[in-house]
This record gives sequence, C-alpha cells and structure tokens, in this order.
Amino acid sequence: MTMPLMRPARKNPILRTPQMNLPPSARSRVAMGLTAAAAEGRFELQVCQDCATVQYPPREACVHCVSPRLQWRAQTGWGQLLASTTLHHSNDLFFRERLPWRLGMVALDAGPSVMVHLHNDVGDAPCRLRVGARLDRAGQAVLIGFPEKESEHMADDKMLREMGSDPKFRKVLVTDGKTPVGQAMVRALVKAGADIVWVGHAEPWKKLPGLSELAALPQVTMLPLDLSNERSVTTLAGEIGGKVDIVINNAEVHRSHGIGNRTGTDVARMEMEINYLGLLRLSQALGPALRGRAADGVTHACAWVNLLSIYALSNFPSHGTYSASKAAAYSLSQCLRAEMRPAGIRVVNVFPGPIDDEWNQNMPPPKLAPDSLASAVVKALRDGTEDVYPGDVAHEWLQRWRENPKVLEREIAAGGT
Amino acid sequence: MRQRQSYQGVAVAVPITVPYQRYCTQGAHWFVGQAVQALVQASGLAKEDIDGLCLSSFSLSPDTAVGLTQHLGLSPRWLDHIPTGGASGVMSLRRAARAVQAGDADVVACIGADTNHVDSFRQTLGSFSHFARDASYPYGSGGPNSVFAFITANYMRTYGARREDFGRIAVDQRSNALKNPNALFKKPLSLDEYMAGRPISDPIHLFDCVMPCAGADAFLVMSQARARDLGLPHAIIRGAIERHNAYASDPIMVQGGWRRDLDDLYAQAGATPAQVDFVQTYDDYPVIVMMQFEDLGFCAKGEGPQFVRSHAMTHDGSFPNNTSGGQLSVGQAGAAGGFIGMVEALRQLCDLAGERSVIGAQLGLVSGFGMVTYDRCLCTGAVLLGRPA
Repeated sequence: MTMPLMRPARKNPILRTPQMNLPPSARSRVAMGLTAAAAEGRFELQVCQDCATVQYPPREACVHCVSPRLQWRAQTGWGQLLASTTLHHSNDLFFRERLPWRLGMVALDAGPSVMVHLHNDVGDAPCRLRVGARLDRAGQAVLIGFPEKESEHMADDKMLREMGSDPKFRKVLVTDGKTPVGQAMVRALVKAGADIVWVGHAEPWKKLPGLSELAALPQVTMLPLDLSNERSVTTLAGEIGGKVDIVINNAEVHRSHGIGNRTGTDVARMEMEINYLGLLRLSQALGPALRGRAADGVTHACAWVNLLSIYALSNFPSHGTYSASKAAAYSLSQCLRAEMRPAGIRVVNVFPGPIDDEWNQNMPPPKLAPDSLASAVVKALRDGTEDVYPGDVAHEWLQRWRENPKVLEREIAAGGT
Repeated sequence: MRQRQSYQGVAVAVPITVPYQRYCTQGAHWFVGQAVQALVQASGLAKEDIDGLCLSSFSLSPDTAVGLTQHLGLSPRWLDHIPTGGASGVMSLRRAARAVQAGDADVVACIGADTNHVDSFRQTLGSFSHFARDASYPYGSGGPNSVFAFITANYMRTYGARREDFGRIAVDQRSNALKNPNALFKKPLSLDEYMAGRPISDPIHLFDCVMPCAGADAFLVMSQARARDLGLPHAIIRGAIERHNAYASDPIMVQGGWRRDLDDLYAQAGATPAQVDFVQTYDDYPVIVMMQFEDLGFCAKGEGPQFVRSHAMTHDGSFPNNTSGGQLSVGQAGAAGGFIGMVEALRQLCDLAGERSVIGAQLGLVSGFGMVTYDRCLCTGAVLLGRPA
C-alpha cells in the first residue's frame, strides 16, 4: 500500500537546483493517437473497423486483416499482469535520476500485450490490474498499470506523481481571487493539500464578497496583481517567481455583445488586455522561473493552467469579442505549451461553457458551477490531463465542433447555443 | 509444404574475427574493411574474386551494403543487406548458399560488423524500431534488459527455473571464453560471483547481460569444388531454417520460432538432436539459451532448467554450448553477435578451435535470434553444419 507523501523538508539553499531531463519524447505519428486521447484523460487503442481487432503498439494497418480502417476507441484497461521488473539501470537520464523504477508486461483482456509503468500497489504476477494512459513529463502518452483496488494514498506513488501535477504540498498562484471561480479555485486547492496559495487581486481597496474569508485561510496569502500592468506582473514574479509550482491564470474580462451592439473598441481592448496580453505578460514573467524549477525535488514546479472558454473554438456571437479574446488566448497557450514542454511543465487549458456567474446572467441553464469548475481543474492537475472541457455545454460544443466546425458555426449563427 | 532443396555442394569456409574492442573510435566501415582484408589473406583469393557480398550492421548509417562496395572497391554481382542482428549470421548463410548453388555468385563474403562508440548503445536503443520508440523505450529506457526481465520472470514462474540455472549457462560460457584470446572477459566467473551480480532489471542481473562492443566476424560461402581447389578447410550445410514473428499470439514469449521448423531442420540433415556434437546458441540472455535447448529439440518445453542442471556446457563437457564463450563472455559486437556462433562452429569443424576444441565433433548447430522490436525477438534461424564427407 502506498504510504502517504510526507511534507518535504525545506529546500537547502546551498545545493544546486537539479535541472530537468525529459523522458524519451519521440513517437511515430501514428502513435500520437494515444497521446491525443491521454491529453483528455482517456485510454484509447486502435480498433479495426473491419474485424474489431484491438491492437498495440499502434500500426498503419490492422495486424489481423491488414485493413487501414483503424479508429482510436476507449478501453477499460482491465488485464492480467504477466511479469514485472524493477529497473536498476537505465540508459536515459530521466529514469537514471529516478531509479529504481517498476515496469510491467500486461495481457489486456481486449487482446494485446502492453508494457506499462507499474504502480507500486500492484502485486506480483500473475494478478489482475487496470491499465490507463497518462501523459509523462515529456507530454507524451505512456501506459500505467494501476492496482485492481484503489487505496487512499495511491496518488502519492512516486511514479504516478511524476505523471501528474498533484497540488498536494505545492505552492500555487491563482491570479484572480475576486471572482466566484477564483474563490472556488482557492478553496479547492487548499482542500487538495496545497502548501501555499497566493491569490492575486487587482484592486485591493475594493472589499468584494468572500475575499476576507479567503484571506483568513492559513494557506492563503493575498498579493496585488494586475495583469494589465507589466510592472505589477514583474513585481509579483520577483516576489514569488522562485517558489511557485503551479500557476492558475483565471483572471479574465468578460462582457457580452458582439460587434454591432457596441460602439468603439474599449471593451474589446480591455478583454484583450487581460485575456490575451495578460497571459502573455504572465508567461514572460513566470515562465522562465517555472522552467528552471521543473526538477526541484518532490514538489517541483509542474503546471500552468489557463482558464479559456469553449467559445475559443468557435465564436459565440452574443459574446463575440470575448470569444475572440479567448481564441487569441488559446492560440497563445499553444505557444506557451510548446515553450514549456522542454522543461516538462504541463500547460492545462480549461474550456468551460457558460459559468454560473454574473456575466452569464442571461444565459439559460445548464451553467457550470464555479465549484465544479474548480474540482475539474484539481482533477486535471492530479490526472495530468492537458485539455479540460468541464460541464455538459462544453462537452456538447466540443463534440459538435469535432464532428463539423462549419455546421456548428451555422447553428450558432442561426441563434443556437 | 514442398520439400526444400538441399544445400548440397556448398562450402562454408574461412572463419574470420576482427578482434573485439569495448569502445572504438573507428567506424563500422573500418571493421568491414578489416574483415574483407582478412578474408582475402586467409583464403588466398584476390579481392576481385569475391563476387557476392552479404552484410549485416547497425552502425553503417546512412550507408547500406551497397555503399560499402564503393568504399572498399568491390564490384560484386550479388549483394544483400541483412540488418537482422542476432539472426543475420544464419540468414546470410542461407542466402549466400542459394546464390552459390544457383550460380548467381561464386564466392560470397558474409560479414557482420559494428563499431561501438561510447554513446552508441544508448542512441541505438532509442531509434531501434518504430515499436521500440513508441512502446518500450519510453518505459524506463532499459533497452532489451527490461523486455528480457519480463520473459525471464515469466519463464521462471511457469517452469520453475532458478537464477542458479541461468548461472550455470553463464559460468560454463566464461570457462570456455578463458580459452578464447578474442574474449573481452579474461577472468573466471564462479556461480557465487554470478549470483552476487548487481541487479539490472530483476531477475536480470549483471552477468545475464552482454557487453556491447565493436568488432566483426565473417566467413566465405562458395562451392565445395572451389573450396577444395583452394585447399580451404570447410564445413557443409546439412540443414537450415529461419522463421520470423512466430507465435505472435503468445502474450509473452515462452517459445521461439525454431520450434515451428525444428522437424524440417533435422529431417533435412537426416540427423537427430542426439547426434549434434556442439551447439552455438544465441545468448543475448541466458533464458534464451535455455529456450533454445528446448525449442531446438534437446529437451522438452519446460525441461530446460533440469537439462542445464544435468549437463556440463563447457567445450569438453557433455553438452558443449557456445564454445567461444559466446556474447556473454566475449562481448556483443552488434551485428557480429549474429555471426559469432557461425565462425566458432566453423573453427570447431575445421579444427581451428585450438585448446577449446570439441574433440571429434562432426555435427554442430548454430542458432540465431534477432531484433527485439517490441516485446520479443522476431527473427529466429538455425543451421546444422557438418564436416565434408
């Protein structure tokens, strides 16, 4: 049984901070299907559309009937452990620095045999276990052998912690504490065991509801932070840049209306100022610090979360300029993800539908409760997923967008939601 | 299946070893060149008489065999490139023999050669195959160690093998290696030392692993008439098999492809396993040697552990195995690892094995095993070599 992770000792400032060496990240193009599913928390394998054979490793043709009609389909992952080994030697720096490392060979009930990183709670072969897919520190999918029965502290398994960004004992920045989402986020992180939560507030003189209760939590420290102000951002980075492990950028400006119902560009400019340029400022100020601490002990820097919107995928005209700013932020987040990847820092994008807050007052339900959004983010951090679509509206939009983006555009333009 | 033609009239001769080195700054081309020079000198042929070339190497990139013809000034009329590692020796011999029988070539040089720079092994592992890159290298990057750890652990559990049983194989091979000047390991190995080896990927420990090195092994294939004209001692091919991706539906490897073609091999030779005087098994890990004892007909499946307990596997023992010391004690010179058993068998049958001779050996078996692209080796092959009548 996994022993609970103990609070790590304070960092010895005399010692050099270890640098990150990523696990092997090269994959063939066809194998990236595994990564695409794992990025959203699913374990999928290629299934032949002609003969239903499930196969692994990924191939360009069905191993049974040689059909090219292969589709990635969700798997339960149940199987039998055939053999396990504990590696005491590795040719790769990432593993060499983390030995010993447990591996298993599993016969999936679905057919193929798969090599997995093995959770320490899985017993000796032969035994039942469940295989899942996770993104490793290189951002590529790997298969994990999980124990048949879950246990309380199984997330503290040394290998599993490497695959995710569990907030437990970590130091987190939430960039805006004044919104219901920000406050729910802070509470969820405290509950998840975060060591420190720094909470930004742009206008400290405004006594907004909930803020004083938040500030009273022992883990919480309020800090002035205005993402539209470069000096404010760099001051914050100077103060906590060397300590922050997870950045949650939830600050946003959200006003309704599109092009014709407003004159001028002031509102659109403010949306871009925070939603797009704010992310850019924050990335420039805190990105290098996170990258530098990506292997700094058991609570190393690990993740960056962006609160985007499902409207980043396709414009929602009644929130038209907001959609555009989120689309810009989405594009920039992909750039950030590419730049953070060499250090093994996970960039998590969250695409909610309408949130149940004041700026969506006129939107019909279902609307996403701030608490649900916050728990979806904590789950994404723990599970190491990088694209999160919380709530029914987001799920439906995503499905429609994947099926046919043009049809979605037309439906939305015709007044749909 | 149609009856295969025999390999009658074909001679295998001139076993060459370009001495192994742990690390080497020269490229694979240098080792191929050394091998060709040694083949020419030892055979008395002119370089121009070599009109067939069959080459196996992992470290020629971006060249393939044809690049070597220009590099070394050869102009063969028959060319083959067999990048199949541990199976390449048997596979080259089969191809070269058919070319000679058909008249497509008169003298074929079969060469396995690789260099080994300090970082070669790590780089080879990461780019060895699509499946390795996608589905095994990202899992601990242990290379074949972790895959064979699974196979060994499963075999031990299923058939009751103990580490000591694998130790017997390693210890006896080391004893053979002490009589082989080319072996990189020069010190005796006791069973206690084997058992005390540090864990690498358990149950695989230090002395279960081969040491990557640089080197080349080579031989010539020609007609027996030509060999006699040249006065070259030689062996003849009594039977030969190969098989790829056998038993793919076994969830984990418990048997090798030899098993499928075993009857064909002995039928072609008109011989039985009991008549075999020595074996040169492919020894990337001892568990695979034990599987070959079973899958090549020397004992039943699962009896490997008992078989090694009841036999001495030294060159002068009751069941001589890897009389050169094998890769476990000589070193694994990349693709030459697929040739080491072949040149050793030729030395035994041509009376060139010196103090490690298997006295009176008439029939020897050489086995090949190569290419761990994902969870098992894909290529298997075996050849029965005998003394000419």
